[in-house]
Amino acid sequence: MDLRLTGAEPTSEEKIAVESVLGPPDSGWVGGTRRSELEGHAAFGGQAARAKRHLLLPVLHAIQSRFGWISSGALSYACQRLDVPPAEAFGVASFYGLFSVTPRPPVVVHVCDDIACLASGAKAMCEKLEQTLGSPGSPGPEGRTTWLRSPCLGLCERAPAALLSAAGKRSYEKVLAPASPETITSCLNETESEPGNLLERLEASLAVPQVGQAELRLLRRIGRVNPESLDDYRAEGGYKMLRRALELGPDRVIREVIDSKLVGRGGAAFPAGKKWAAVAAQTARRPHYLVCNADESEPGTFKDRVVMEGDPFALVEAMTIAGFAAGCERGYLYVRGEYPLATERMARAIERTRERGLLGDNILGHRLSFDIEIRRGAGAYICGEETALFNSIEGFRGEPRNKPPFPTEAGLFGKPTVVNNVETLINVLDILGRGGAAYASTGTSGSTGTKLFCLSGHIARPGVYEVPFGTTLRQLIDLCGGVSGSRGLQAILLGGAAGFFVSPQQLDTPLTFEGTRAIGASLGSGVVMLFDDTVDLKEILLRIAAFFRDESCGQCVPCRVGTVRQEELLHRLADGRPMGSLAKETSLLREIGQAMRDASICGLGQTASSAIESAMAGWERFNERKHP
Amino acid sequence: MSFESQPEPGSSTVSTLVPVPAGPVPIIPEPSPRQKVDITIDGQKLVVPEGTTLLEACRRLGIETPTLCFLENLTPVNVCRICVVEVEGSRVLVPACSRKAEPGMVVRTDSERVRLSRRLVLEFLASSVDVSTAPELKNYMQRYQARPERFGPAAPAAPAGGRDAALPGLHILPEGTMASTVAQPVKIDNELYVRDYSKCILCYKCVEACGVDAQNTFAIAVAGRGFDARISTEYAMPLPESACVYCGNCIGVCPTGALMFRSEYEMRRAGTWDEPKQTRTDTICPYCGVGCTLTLHVQDNTIVKATSPLEQDITRGHLCIKGRFGWQFVQNRGNLEAEEKSGLESNRDD
Repeated sequence: MDLRLTGAEPTSEEKIAVESVLGPPDSGWVGGTRRSELEGHAAFGGQAARAKRHLLLPVLHAIQSRFGWISSGALSYACQRLDVPPAEAFGVASFYGLFSVTPRPPVVVHVCDDIACLASGAKAMCEKLEQTLGSPGSPGPEGRTTWLRSPCLGLCERAPAALLSAAGKRSYEKVLAPASPETITSCLNETESEPGNLLERLEASLAVPQVGQAELRLLRRIGRVNPESLDDYRAEGGYKMLRRALELGPDRVIREVIDSKLVGRGGAAFPAGKKWAAVAAQTARRPHYLVCNADESEPGTFKDRVVMEGDPFALVEAMTIAGFAAGCERGYLYVRGEYPLATERMARAIERTRERGLLGDNILGHRLSFDIEIRRGAGAYICGEETALFNSIEGFRGEPRNKPPFPTEAGLFGKPTVVNNVETLINVLDILGRGGAAYASTGTSGSTGTKLFCLSGHIARPGVYEVPFGTTLRQLIDLCGGVSGSRGLQAILLGGAAGFFVSPQQLDTPLTFEGTRAIGASLGSGVVMLFDDTVDLKEILLRIAAFFRDESCGQCVPCRVGTVRQEELLHRLADGRPMGSLAKETSLLREIGQAMRDASICGLGQTASSAIESAMAGWERFNERKHP
Repeated sequence: MSFESQPEPGSSTVSTLVPVPAGPVPIIPEPSPRQKVDITIDGQKLVVPEGTTLLEACRRLGIETPTLCFLENLTPVNVCRICVVEVEGSRVLVPACSRKAEPGMVVRTDSERVRLSRRLVLEFLASSVDVSTAPELKNYMQRYQARPERFGPAAPAAPAGGRDAALPGLHILPEGTMASTVAQPVKIDNELYVRDYSKCILCYKCVEACGVDAQNTFAIAVAGRGFDARISTEYAMPLPESACVYCGNCIGVCPTGALMFRSEYEMRRAGTWDEPKQTRTDTICPYCGVGCTLTLHVQDNTIVKATSPLEQDITRGHLCIKGRFGWQFVQNRGNLEAEEKSGLESNRDD
C-alpha cells in the first residue's frame, strides 16, 4: 500500500515501544536501514506487513502502557511497520476507552460508578473524588496522575472498585477493591510500587463463598489449587479430559457435547455441540480458529474472571479439547483489558503448558497441533459481541458484522470459527468426565448442567455461585445469605444491564432458560444483582441508559441515536420535566426500544432497552417512594 | 494469515508446448451455475437467481425500498437500517440491501414493525443531523410521517473541534429537554470542497469511496465511538496535510450534502444556487486517455460542479481530481478574449 505517513517523526523511545511487539524493522521500507544490495530496486513487505494487521491492538497497548497515550509519532511508526493507513489506525485507537489519543497523565485510576458499585456507595465516593482531585480527567499535581469514571470493572463482589494503571518504563496495574476515596488518593500518590505485589491476589474464599464444597463441578478447584502450578492442576485431575478426548477422537467428543445439550453461557444460549460440528464439517476451508470470549463486560458479571484467576489451566485444557474437536489450528483468548490478573494468570498457564508440550505440535504424542494466543481488549463492551471481537483481533474497529454469514462459516480472518465464552468451555471438562448423557441428567430438560451466577448488590455473601439449573431465585438468594442488612428487597436485576428487572414476587422462578423466558426475562450472563429498598432505582436506570450510550459502537443508526434519545427521555422523567404527559413519554420510550430491538445490527442495540423497559411499569412507584 | 495450498508448477497435465509460468498457478474455480431461489415478497411469488439481495428482488417487483447508506458502486455496509424488512422466522428485522434471498423466504416490506423502525430511523437522523440538503431523506420522512420534533428542540452546536475531541466512554450528562445533535461549524480547509459534518449521517460511503471501493487513498476513516463517532483524518488534521488526493469521490457518494463542492457551498450561501435552472451535459474528460464520462452541471452558462454517471462502465461514478475539479479553464472566457485580442494586436504589430 502506498501510504502517506503524516504523523510526527517517532522518537527513539516510541520506536522501542512499537518494536517491543514487532521486533526491529527488517527493511528500509518499514523504517529500517535500506540495504542497497537487497532492496535497491525492489519493494518488500507489502503483503507480509499487511498480514500483520492483527498486531495493531497489541502495538497500541504497548504504546499506551509506555507513555499513557498514543502520540502521532508513535502511531505513524506503527502504521509504517504494519502497512495500516494512519486514518484507520487512528479510528481504531480512538475506539477504545482505555486508550487515549490526546496527552493524558501516565497514572490513571479508573473508578467504577456502574450499577453494582452504585449500590455500594460509588456515587458518594466519586463526589468526594471530584472535591479532592477535581473533575474526571483533570490532571493532578505535576500532571502525573488523574482519575476517570469507569463502566463495570467486573469486581462486583468487592464493590466499590477501582483499577489503577500506571504507564511508564515499568508499567503496572493495581486493583483497588473495595476502594475508598482515601485508598484511591494514597494509591495515586505512590511513586512506584514494587512489582510482584502489584496485582491484588484473588481471595478465593471472597470470590467463591462455596469454596471447597464437594458438589462443586466448575468451581471445584478454585481456592484449592495453586493457579500458577501445572502440577497442582494435574494432581487434581487436570489433563485427564484431554487424554480422554484424544482417545475418543473428534467426532465422539462432539457427540458427547451434543448429548450433553450444553448451550452457550454468554447469553444467546446456542447449542455448543452444533457450533463445533458446523466448524468441524468445513474440512475444505482451512485454517479453523477457536476463539474464547473472555471479554466479560456485562455490568455485574465476574464469573469468567474468577475462573481465569483461580483455575487458568482448566480453560487452557478446555480450549485444547474444543480446538481438537472442531479441527482448529489456533486458539485466541480475548480477555477484557480491565482484567490484569486474569490476563497474567492465563499467560503464565499458557506458557507452562507450552513448556510441557501440552500446547504446540504433537500434543501428548498425538497428531494434534494447537496453540493459544492471548489478546487484550482495551475498554469496549461491544467487543464481547462475537463478530466485533473478531474485528478487534484483526486490528479493525470493534464494530459488529452483519449476520449471516455466521462465525462457523466466516469468522475470524474470514475462516470457520468456533467462538465460546469461558464458562461454556470449562463445562466441556465436566461433560467428558461424566459423559454427555449423564451430564444432561443434571438440571432440567431444557437447561442442563450447572450454572455460575454472579451475586452482587445488597446480598449478604456476594460472589460467584455454582448451582444446578432449576434452582429457584429464592433458593439461590438464601444460599447467599439473603438480603444484606435488615432492609426489604426492592428489585433484582437478572442478566445484567442487557437483562431484566424482576420483582420480589417472582422469587420462585426457576433459574433456567425456559423458566426465565416464561416471566419475560432471561438468564443473560448469570447476573443476579439485588437492590434493597434504600436504592433509588431511577438512578440505576439512568446509569444503565448512560452505559449503553457510552458503549454503543456508533455503527448503526437505531443504536447510535436510540441509546441517546433513551437516556435523554429518562432524564426528563427523573427530573420531573416530561414533554407532555407521562403516558406520552412512556409510549415514546417503547417506540425507541422497539426500533433498537428490531433494527439494530447486534445484540447490544437489541437489548439496550430491555432492563429499562422492564422497570418502567414501576416508574410512578419509584417517584412516590420516600427515601429513608 | 495463510494461503490456500497451490499445486507444484509444472507437475500437472500442462502441455509441454505451453510455457509454464515460474510462479504458482492460481486455481480458478469452475463457475457453478446460479441456482434459482423461490421467495415471496408482500404476497407476490418471485424466482430470483441465487445471490440476489432482497433489495434487488424488491426492485424487480417495483417495491420501493428506501436506502441511505446503499449505493450500487459500493460494498453494502447496512448501517443506516432504513431498508429493513421483516422475514418470517427471523427474530429481528433484516437489512434488504445486503441480505441475500434464501429458498422459501417470506418477506414483508410494509408491515407495522417495518414502518415503525423506518420511521424511528428517520426521526433519529433528522433530530440529530441537519438534513436540509438531503432531498431523498426528506421524501422518506414524508412517506413515513416522521416527526423528529418528538425528541425536543435541538441542543446547541458543539464548538469547532469539540466533537473531534470527544473521548470514547467519557460520559457527559445530557440535558434531557433538548435533543443532542452532531451540529458543529463547517470545516473549510481547502479550495475544492467543504466538509459540513453537521449534515453527516455516518453512512460510511465516503470512507468506502476513499478506501478499497474506489480510490485506495484511505485519507479518512470513522473515529471515536457511539454518538461521538465521526468521519476523521488521523488526529483530525486538516485535509491539505492528510493523505487526501482530492479525487472528490467522497463528495460523489455523499447522500446528504455534508461533503460539497466549494463552488456549490458558496453559491448556496450567497443564495444563488438554483438547481431547477441547471442543465446537465455529458461529455468526455479532456485530460487523459481513459475517457471518463463527465456530467457538467451548468447554471447561467457557468459550470458549477462535475459528476460522473453511476452506471457508466468506465467510471462507475468515480473520477480523479482533474475530471472532478479541473474545469476552471473552460470558464476563463474573459481572459481568453483578452488574450486573443492582445494576440491579434501583437500579430498586427509584426
